[in-house]
Amino acid sequence: MNFYNDNKSLKFYLSHPVMDKIIKLKERDFVDSDNDMLAPSDVNDAIDNYDRVLEIVGDLAANVLEANAEDVDHEGPQIVNNEIIYAKGTKKNHEILRDAGLYGMSLPRKYKGLNFPYVPYVMAAEIVSRADAGFANIWGLQDCAETIYEFASEEIKDKYLPLINEGFTCSMALTEPDAGSDLQSVRLKATFDEENNCWRLNGVKRFITNGDADIQLVLARSEEGTTDGRGLSYFLYDRRDNAVTVRRIENKLGIKGSPTAELVFNNAPALLIGERRMGLIKYVMSLMNGARLGVGAQSVGLAEAAYHEALNYAQQREQFGKAIIKFPQVYEMLSNMRAKIDATRTLLYETSRFVDLYKTYDSISKERALTAEERQDMKYSQRCADMMTPMLKLFASEYANQIAYDCIQVHGGSGFMKEYKCERLYRDARILSIYEGTSQLQVVAAIRFIGNGAYLKRIEEYEAMPVCEELMPLRQRIDKMKENYLRVVELADKFGTSSEVYDFMARRMVEAMGYLIMCHLLLQDSNRVIEATDQQDNELKRLYNSCKIMVALGEAEITKILTFVENFKEEDLSMYN
Amino acid sequence: MNNKDFRIVVLAKQVPDTHNVGKDAMKEDGTINRAALPAIFNPDDLKALEMALACKDAISCVSTDVSVKVTIVTMGPSRAAEIIRESMFRGADDGIVISDKRFAGSDTLATSYALSMAVKKLGKIDLVFAGHQAIDGDTAQVGPQVAEKLEMPQLTYAEELISLNKEEIVIKRRLERGVEIVKAQLPTLVTVHSNAYDCRPRRAERVIMYKKAQIEEWTADDINPDFERLGMNGSPTKVKSIENVVLTSKENKIINNNESEINELMKELITTHII
Repeated sequence: MNFYNDNKSLKFYLSHPVMDKIIKLKERDFVDSDNDMLAPSDVNDAIDNYDRVLEIVGDLAANVLEANAEDVDHEGPQIVNNEIIYAKGTKKNHEILRDAGLYGMSLPRKYKGLNFPYVPYVMAAEIVSRADAGFANIWGLQDCAETIYEFASEEIKDKYLPLINEGFTCSMALTEPDAGSDLQSVRLKATFDEENNCWRLNGVKRFITNGDADIQLVLARSEEGTTDGRGLSYFLYDRRDNAVTVRRIENKLGIKGSPTAELVFNNAPALLIGERRMGLIKYVMSLMNGARLGVGAQSVGLAEAAYHEALNYAQQREQFGKAIIKFPQVYEMLSNMRAKIDATRTLLYETSRFVDLYKTYDSISKERALTAEERQDMKYSQRCADMMTPMLKLFASEYANQIAYDCIQVHGGSGFMKEYKCERLYRDARILSIYEGTSQLQVVAAIRFIGNGAYLKRIEEYEAMPVCEELMPLRQRIDKMKENYLRVVELADKFGTSSEVYDFMARRMVEAMGYLIMCHLLLQDSNRVIEATDQQDNELKRLYNSCKIMVALGEAEITKILTFVENFKEEDLSMYN
Repeated sequence: MNNKDFRIVVLAKQVPDTHNVGKDAMKEDGTINRAALPAIFNPDDLKALEMALACKDAISCVSTDVSVKVTIVTMGPSRAAEIIRESMFRGADDGIVISDKRFAGSDTLATSYALSMAVKKLGKIDLVFAGHQAIDGDTAQVGPQVAEKLEMPQLTYAEELISLNKEEIVIKRRLERGVEIVKAQLPTLVTVHSNAYDCRPRRAERVIMYKKAQIEEWTADDINPDFERLGMNGSPTKVKSIENVVLTSKENKIINNNESEINELMKELITTHII
């Protein structure tokens, strides 16, 4: 088994037309290829590298991580002598991915990274999550390295970034007992110790994923007397300094292999990352978008696992003299699962491409001045990444939950028994729509792009991309969906964009836009599948089928939303309030 | 070669994947249809590679001034270079394919002769590793026969490396009724049991670095052999015939717990060579 090779859509997105531009930027037009054996010589060579490395990820995910997942779920981590000890399987997973050189994939080569763009890195995250979504947190927290790379001093970068490849684990300590969704109220105190010329951290952090990690990024209040986000800075704590007490680890519903800790910082020495006061407003916001992209990958990976479980069961289980997959209610469930996964996966890699573009431009801008055109492209990509990320997190995590739910449903009574994997997937899925910002907060992040027309502008760009004759009827249905969407927004706008009714309608507007985006992306993918010379590829033709299903589903959903909004009167709010 | 250098050879074989046998796996005449089966790294040889790499780690870790090199030697068609590249992805330094039509039809005697001549050509060797057996032949003879021809002591059924220095190696052997810990002077040849540790994974940057590595290929002429000892000529094993055996299970037999029936059963088991 190989979780990369058995999923052709990954290769399909790896060869997306925009990858050409991303790779050339990321490799600075291949300047290193003559003097660095790890540097690719052209776009095809680079894609071949990604392909080969993803094949390793797919192998280890299918044959090691997946095999350990059940034991890890049962065993979980524990605290021994103030240290978090991973479950045996978790430790093995971590060691084998470290030995395979799969930590620090996206870091520049000078920090022992592979200089991979986000697209293949996010694919690796998706594949790891398909095997064990809980472990995907421990592996995925290498994202912290990105924050260090983008914002920390050269000295910190030189010291800490090469350690990631050696398997140093990371965590980001943001949440506190009284500061969850509202991070502005973080209280953990940072004071400057003049005598030792370092910062000192004192206070409590709660619900910290992989809390006892080697490298911990901590949000703390450095400006005495402040109460909002502008008094917060970002710090790096090195676990080797031994100044943190692990007070407890939580007993959770799912992702049990991933330790969630309560930590007490006892005058812990720490290094300031970047500038003071920028902790929340700049660095954490950037990190948070990365983490949300990570949850998107985790959701798609978990959903893929649930789909395979359900499909295998439905093909094998016979009732009334035939396999249950032959019954319309069952095959509809399975095809909808497939379509939802394909829809969120295409959104996942669309988002990743925008992240790649703006982050790479940002990194280039530290080496040389960008041209006016490049600056514009960077700003545009960043805006697209910012608007696609909450949409992705919202849909992918909600769909992963629906798919895990349906997976149990397909299993019938057996699915309710602990013997089947689907119950673990169901529990593991539940956190996805909660952490790194709940679905409700994703709506808050996304609604401003409804208001300022940014999403609509992107839709117009999709509309400008040509599709073949065969796809025109689907295109027209999507155009009709857009009319209904515009009507929904028009009606909501009438209540005033700062009214409570508008907030009440926000999720409906965001979801309607989500269907539009996903349908357009699947339409573009279908066009590429149809135009590809290798038309016999049934695996990819599936994307075309998913596009048709998603259009059917999306147009029904938008109509439903429109009906609700059309019938809604201002006074109706009191029914709910 | 500097006498500070430490050289390890791993004998490996690319084999048809007999775990994925389909209908067309065997030809009419009973021989393996190699074209229908995917070629894989012989599983025991991968374990041998891991032990060799563990030896490299052990030496490199205590003596930083010693250069340790792990070389793969394989006999087969040119495409067997794939398993050498695979070994390099996992940590080996280089490898040689010995490939020649004149090797065709080799049994274990001719194979071990060719391999031993190739190893001799490499110069001073400290350790040779081989998998216990290959899944296409299951003879477990090649390793020991190579040891004999190289005039090296041999340690078979190795399960775990206990310790190693530049003079001697200590390993744990897996035997039928337990384990045995043995020490041998170097140079020596070790055959590795399927119980040994799994091989470490491919490493991302090594895959990128060595994906296009050119693998050295030697012909029969390169190993200075006695040509009479190669291929068909050098192979006394003659296959008389091969037949398809279909195993069927007979009905169960219930043995009552008394002296006479148990004695009957023992007799039957001994006469049928089951025990």
